[in-house]
Amino acid sequence: MSAEPILEARGLSKTFRAGGAVFGKQFHAVKDVSLAVMPGETLAVVGESGCGKSTLARMLVGLETPDEGEILFRGAPIKRDRALRRQVQMVFQDPYLSLNPRRTVLDIVAEPLDVHGLAKGAARTARVEELLTAVGLDPAASSRFPHEFSGGQRQRIGIARALAAEPSVLVCDEPVSALDVSVQAQVVNLLIDLQKRLGIAIIFIAHDLAVVRAISHRVMVMYLGRAVEEGGADQVLVTPNHPYTVALRGSALEPDPARARLARGKATRGEPPNPVNPPPGCRFNPRCPRVTDECRKDEPQMKRHSDAAGVSGVACYHPVREAAELSA
Amino acid sequence: MLSVSGLDVSFRTMRGDVKAVSDVSFDLKRGEVLALVGESGSGKSVSTRAVMGIVRGNATINARRMELAGHDLLTADEEQKRKLRGRVISLVFQDALSALNPVLSIGDQLGELYRTHLGVSKKEARERSIELLRSVHLASADKRIDDYPHQFSGGMRQRILIASAIALKPEVLIADEPTTALDVTVQAQILDLLDELRDELGMAILLITHDLGVVARMAERVAVMYAGRLVETGSVDDIFRAPAHPYTAALMASAPRIETVEKLEPIKGSPPNLIAPPPGCAFNPRCTHLGELCTKVRPELVGDLPGRSRACHYPLVETAHVG
Repeated sequence: MSAEPILEARGLSKTFRAGGAVFGKQFHAVKDVSLAVMPGETLAVVGESGCGKSTLARMLVGLETPDEGEILFRGAPIKRDRALRRQVQMVFQDPYLSLNPRRTVLDIVAEPLDVHGLAKGAARTARVEELLTAVGLDPAASSRFPHEFSGGQRQRIGIARALAAEPSVLVCDEPVSALDVSVQAQVVNLLIDLQKRLGIAIIFIAHDLAVVRAISHRVMVMYLGRAVEEGGADQVLVTPNHPYTVALRGSALEPDPARARLARGKATRGEPPNPVNPPPGCRFNPRCPRVTDECRKDEPQMKRHSDAAGVSGVACYHPVREAAELSA
Repeated sequence: MLSVSGLDVSFRTMRGDVKAVSDVSFDLKRGEVLALVGESGSGKSVSTRAVMGIVRGNATINARRMELAGHDLLTADEEQKRKLRGRVISLVFQDALSALNPVLSIGDQLGELYRTHLGVSKKEARERSIELLRSVHLASADKRIDDYPHQFSGGMRQRILIASAIALKPEVLIADEPTTALDVTVQAQILDLLDELRDELGMAILLITHDLGVVARMAERVAVMYAGRLVETGSVDDIFRAPAHPYTAALMASAPRIETVEKLEPIKGSPPNLIAPPPGCAFNPRCTHLGELCTKVRPELVGDLPGRSRACHYPLVETAHVG
């Protein structure tokens, strides 16, 4: 891996208005989030509904414009540059809604080729067949329509379309959460294989920690628009440091009765609050078992720490492992 | 409590009969949690809807036996079944927003249950509803009783739906993917609530889910379905330790885990078309443990160990014993 990130986001914020564009109350869907992904690396962005992970994904591919902050591709601001935009492609969550039902697989997968003028005529067809083969579909499928495919096959079509533009970064927004477990594993393995073959970087947006563990090198955890913890996948998922990550980890059930039964009676209180009225101070404070007065006053900033395992960070006044302990 | 044997459900479609459920049998004992597990289209939801008598569309339902707390559901008329629903057996759906009436306040919806089933006054129905919402730990129940479903969060709506299901203290609760639409931290709360209510009311729970983690957390016994048939049944501890049916084993191998990073083992192919299922065992085109009989003879569900049964010619557990 080279030392320079392929895609970097610095201080991204996005506000929306809830309940009307003019009189609605403004709220931060994403607030001051930074991330960097290296070539060939998978960074997972994890969190529950309303944490801003999908808005973040949409900003990274240019479907939403950030209110603050900038997105850099190999160190250069992306903005409206089409050639740079092409380098970052998206795979959507719902393979039933994200494919136009009235177009053939050929036209769906070829759309990025047409938009960016990458291939025409026989070369266009040949390229689509090559892409379909790469994602494990029969190239003969190109004349068929989306409804003729199962959920897993449709997600493969969505991945083939994203790859058509020859991107360096794939942003996948919950790409397997609508699929059955056995099919989910097929798609996860496909993404891992494609990454090995093509060297692409992946930003994997998900809520399922076990799926994230299977695919990611690094993990960033979001809560109510803020990044609360980041670091290597092992560190964040197996020995979480932010109390919210600990809560997520404790609620994730695994197919192991002895382990899953440990979760009985240990649910974290409360629900993620409405992002329109976030609590003062740390946004997790009303649900946090480690809360003190400090947490209710000022919002904790992300404190990064670098060691042999790479960079890790936590935005918490009382992380599970104290900073002193970390640097010792 | 609930005993079903030889249940068949088929739907008539333009392209032919879809056998959604074939020869499904299970017993739910008092106070236990039995999980019915399978992927989409395996027939787990249809089976339980057939028991509740709420299958929609042009379905044909046949069974050798269907008994609920001493009542024969096969001979019961609509009026008798209506009385059993709510008082003896009740259902919690996955999607609380569409299961609740959007134009009635929570108090009106819950109160209606008490007024129609128990014939109590409007005032008493309201008081009982507030009490009920307290029992599912809905915060400030007395103030929120006049709110409408859209004013609640997903987790709170699921609590309200559970409240309406347990209002008449049923003996059997069918929970159909009760936490699938929820965030994990909220799922943990709802599962804790179900545990608590089960202890308090002594009700048996039939849990329908695709999530093996939820099964491991909640159930004592499990029945695995594939393509409309039961392929394996037994205690959760036994089956998770050593699955006998290759489908159960493959399902477990395809589920990712947090503690260990191993390459996931997906099941090749996709579930069969139920209009024309493959001959022999329906899992044979996807099975990695295929033998001579699998494409010719459909395996029956037979018990090979105490409390366990499987429908497989070459079960993995027996092989392990021989080896």
